[in-house]
Amino acid sequence: MKNKQPSFYEEVRGDGISRKDFLKFCATMAAFLGLESSGIGQIVKALETKPRLPVIWFHFQECTCCSESFIRASHPIVADIVLGKISLDYQETLMAASGVQAEEAYKAVMAKFPGEYIVMVEGSIPTENEAYCCIGGRSAKQILEEAVQNCKAVVAWGNCASAGCVQAASPNPTGAKPVHKVISGKPIINVQGCPPIADVMAGVVVHLLTFDRIPQLDALGRPKAFYSRRVHDTCYRRANFDAGLFVESFDDEGAKKGYCLYKMGCKGPVTYNSCGIIKWNDGVSYPIQSGHPCIGCSEEGFWDNGPFYQHLPSIAGFGIETTADKIGLGLGVATAVGVAGHAIYTNIRKKKEITNAPESVSETEAPKV
Amino acid sequence: MRSRTIPMREVHVWEMPVRVYHWVNALCVTVLCVTGFLIGNPLAFMKGTEAYLNYWFGTVRFIHFVSAFVFFFNFIFRTYWGFVGNEFSRWYNFIPLKRCQWKEIINVIKVDVLQVSHKEIDSIGHNSLASFIYFLTFLIFLLQCLTGFGMYAAMSDAFLPKLFAWIVPLMGGDMHVRQLHHILMWSFILFAMVHIYLVFYHDYIERRGVTSSMIGGWKFIEEDVIERHDNRSEDCPKD
Repeated sequence: MKNKQPSFYEEVRGDGISRKDFLKFCATMAAFLGLESSGIGQIVKALETKPRLPVIWFHFQECTCCSESFIRASHPIVADIVLGKISLDYQETLMAASGVQAEEAYKAVMAKFPGEYIVMVEGSIPTENEAYCCIGGRSAKQILEEAVQNCKAVVAWGNCASAGCVQAASPNPTGAKPVHKVISGKPIINVQGCPPIADVMAGVVVHLLTFDRIPQLDALGRPKAFYSRRVHDTCYRRANFDAGLFVESFDDEGAKKGYCLYKMGCKGPVTYNSCGIIKWNDGVSYPIQSGHPCIGCSEEGFWDNGPFYQHLPSIAGFGIETTADKIGLGLGVATAVGVAGHAIYTNIRKKKEITNAPESVSETEAPKV
Repeated sequence: MRSRTIPMREVHVWEMPVRVYHWVNALCVTVLCVTGFLIGNPLAFMKGTEAYLNYWFGTVRFIHFVSAFVFFFNFIFRTYWGFVGNEFSRWYNFIPLKRCQWKEIINVIKVDVLQVSHKEIDSIGHNSLASFIYFLTFLIFLLQCLTGFGMYAAMSDAFLPKLFAWIVPLMGGDMHVRQLHHILMWSFILFAMVHIYLVFYHDYIERRGVTSSMIGGWKFIEEDVIERHDNRSEDCPKD
């Protein structure tokens, strides 16, 4: 190895993880990535032989919930090998170093592994005034632009880095922008969600390491393996949707029976994520299973498509609760009134013409009414 | 007995394909609006039953999707007919590019909408205002097909819906597409209200048999209107 970096496998063995646990982890990841069984071997080989990925992990305008999610991955080995070793390079929340040492650590990665390191970003980047987010006296934009110059790929964690999340919601005072709108020319993986599912994050890292290329992405830059299906299509309550069984309020009989939350504003039908399959917290549950509608956190602009408990988004400029249906109904009534008025006037006119018409007309110029 | 004798001619205005298109479209739009409204606001009339015993909402969606395919191909057919049909169904009637079409639009507004003038409108087919409104509805048809199939693409492996897969990322997510699709549904409802009223109005006022013309294809047109139609200036393609 040109840089004598230990492999993932060597690192975890050094940490006292058994080979059996290591293989279990590889098999889990292969399953999440949707690989066939030979893929397990590829992952094992990659983790055994390849040096670990050099990673710089930035925190910009965000709440760190992506990191929080990551360290709660269902398989402890994910946090141990991936996150534990990432902190050796640069991760503002979890690294031991601070101040000058921290800055040196991240500069060292850029100098030592040009073209090989991965930049991972949590949080959006302010553009209205770059001073809204500064680290070590430099703005988020400056830091990111410098870091991506020689990187291999960029991973945008969560909705902030992928779409701007709550900071970019109207009126967006800081001019927050996601990573893909600030930099260009580098492959960017948008790992969507607020936060993304921990196992999805681990899966993306394993994919990068095993196959040396970015996973297949959908049109919004999200890895297809995890974001190609709607929460609605993988929901265990889907049968209730097709049967027309809906919860109408959170304390009705339907809610107790676990009917579909569509009418409670569930955004499952418009949200692409794997919550229904992988679930959260070691596969314990996910929002819908706990009786709460999906809020669509892996979709662009989900904060502006509220209210969360309303099926259709409000229409801006008409008040918070005004949906297309209320406006449509109003216009319908207005149209009906207009039509009725027009009809009444037409009749008055026509009546006059008929009464004025001669008894029997056989001229070529009949009165036109 | 009140009666009148005026020289009139029967004119074959709407060819069979146009009439079939009209009624297939009317049926599709009705079914699509009813099922679409239900999909947006499902009736929760069932309680205390199990999912495996029912499938009514799935059926509603199925009907919506089937009607959408019929609507789509019917629309494509009508677009094609706009290039091969008779002079009343040709595309140039629908897009007001000529001065005389705009003049007629203003006249129709004065005569039929505001009823401040009692001039005669000479059109044999659609008048220019009606044609222009139909052109706008065609644009809405197109948008409705784009947004509808765009949403449908995610749950289909078929060739046709997959052609629309780019709509969702273009609009920034399913949520926006669904919202637009829903708003546009209302334009169909409002259009239908005004359209049906105006058919009654014109039949009542002009007595050219406009209602039955969409069944039989023929209209009663006054001789002098036809004469003016035949002698119209060459630069105006409008009938």
